[in-house]
Amino acid sequence: MSVDHATVRKIASLARIAVTDDQVEAMVPELNNILGWIEQLGEVDTSAVQPMTAVIPNVLRLRDDVVTDGDVRDAVLKNAPQAEQGFFTVPKVIE
Amino acid sequence: MTNLTDLGIAAIRDGFKAGDFTARDVASAFNEAVAGAKALNAFIVETPEIALAAADQADKDRASGSLKPLSGVPIGMKDLFATKDVQTTAASHILEGFVPQYESTVSGKLWNAGAGMLGKLNLDQFAMGSSNETSFFGNVISPWRRNNGDTAALAPGGSSGGTSSAIAARLVPGATGTDTGGSIRQPAAFTGISGIKPTYGRCSRWGIVAFASSLDQAGPMARDVRDCAILLENMAGFDPKDSTSLDLPVPNWEAALSTDLKGKRVGIPKEYRVDGMPAEIDALWEQGINWLKDAGAEIVNVSLPHTQYALPAYYIIAPAEASSNLARYDGVRYGLRDLPDGANLQDMYAATRAAGFGDEVKRRILIGTYVLSAGFYDAYYTQAQKVRTLIARDFDQAWETCDLLLTPTAPSAAFGLGEKSDDPLAMYLNDVFTVPTSLAGLPAMSVPGGLDALGLPLGLQIIGKALDEQTVLNAGLAIEERAGFTARADKWW
Repeated sequence: MSVDHATVRKIASLARIAVTDDQVEAMVPELNNILGWIEQLGEVDTSAVQPMTAVIPNVLRLRDDVVTDGDVRDAVLKNAPQAEQGFFTVPKVIE
Repeated sequence: MTNLTDLGIAAIRDGFKAGDFTARDVASAFNEAVAGAKALNAFIVETPEIALAAADQADKDRASGSLKPLSGVPIGMKDLFATKDVQTTAASHILEGFVPQYESTVSGKLWNAGAGMLGKLNLDQFAMGSSNETSFFGNVISPWRRNNGDTAALAPGGSSGGTSSAIAARLVPGATGTDTGGSIRQPAAFTGISGIKPTYGRCSRWGIVAFASSLDQAGPMARDVRDCAILLENMAGFDPKDSTSLDLPVPNWEAALSTDLKGKRVGIPKEYRVDGMPAEIDALWEQGINWLKDAGAEIVNVSLPHTQYALPAYYIIAPAEASSNLARYDGVRYGLRDLPDGANLQDMYAATRAAGFGDEVKRRILIGTYVLSAGFYDAYYTQAQKVRTLIARDFDQAWETCDLLLTPTAPSAAFGLGEKSDDPLAMYLNDVFTVPTSLAGLPAMSVPGGLDALGLPLGLQIIGKALDEQTVLNAGLAIEERAGFTARADKWW
């Protein structure tokens, strides 16, 4: 499998990364080189193999259903590029 | 008087306890070394005042008889660990200026143990790289140079390149690293120091900027094996805030160090003899085998048949996890925001991420997005996770006939900056010996074994069974004693 210009634009859009025409031009051969190399995994017979889910056997723990934090609004907002009146702000999303 | 910056972790801890010097003397000496080494670009942020404050506290604690395990020891912190009130960037533009309001579990443990922070160490951006050339804050330079008069700047390895460079140049006696596919072991090998990646789950990932969560694991880097054991004891431990943290006691690795390997069987995997590997690395590997035999171990040949598929599987799994983990950088909650005139919310996300991520990070996010996208998920991602099962099974089968494995750490000595940075694949191949262990979650360490013909360090890797860091450390110490590696980079910076 290989990617073309349209596919690179599509995945860049899915990944929310703006790309210029020149960047797409450069990425197509670069990504195809990497994807071509990855293709060799297809040689491995995995018909009777389960995909890895955990490298070290471990159980998912449950904790008590209680509040463990809160009251840290200012700390949460401290690094926001733009915060107003206790909220994160973003460009208008509703017309 | 001894030059204090020539002392390692154990020597500082013990000398301080014995009253040979004050913690302030030690911190001041290292602060001065850090300030005088700007040419290496090993630090993103220097924190001399924090190191001094911890030192003053240690001096008080010594006077009052309440010493902690790392009292008086200043260290470096890879800039992937969130440190409260100190900028944490993952070497990216998108996190430039981010000042965490919390402390990562591992760094918090080290400070609680009495250690002080000399600064935040440079790295490959989001820990993605093997040469420290992807940092937004510039390349880290290795203190090592070739001995043929060539003054070309060499890579300190990556992603923990600031850590390796700073330790090799004696700017810090030890520091933290993180290892996703070799980011502790390969830089340790390139700079003639030691470093261990413990079993996945030993060290909490809480507060470490996430790259590939099923692989990321913190570990120590230092000048010798004992110092690694000391630091690891103070980094590891159960943390309820990390769902993959192992709820197990932390062994006393330092106290149990032993170079007697009688009864231990060391496996030599034939698949690690790759084409084009320099003869010097092959020779060092042979030497390592003889050193371990000398320590009482029995050598057995083993096979890890899926080794060649580890790298391609890694370059599906790690980018897939990265594309998901890095979705959080959206220009809303923290970090950079790029809001072009008239942009809507979607435009803002795309512009922010285009401006904030470096080329290698974008490349991996795009690959990860592609392999997870509808129609390709099974062919790429599921297949890679199945191959990962087979790689882990290879190790399980090897453990039927051996207790640890010995391999070279990297297929070459340190290369020059710029030599591989135009070819992502060539760079990826540098992790050929370290990635399989990461995929299987096993503990592994690199120790220096000798120098190549150009006077550059070469490392040997020891891989152990899950949770058996002790045998890994012991074999490392057995090699260290026999290798007698004392070479250091001549100061030019």
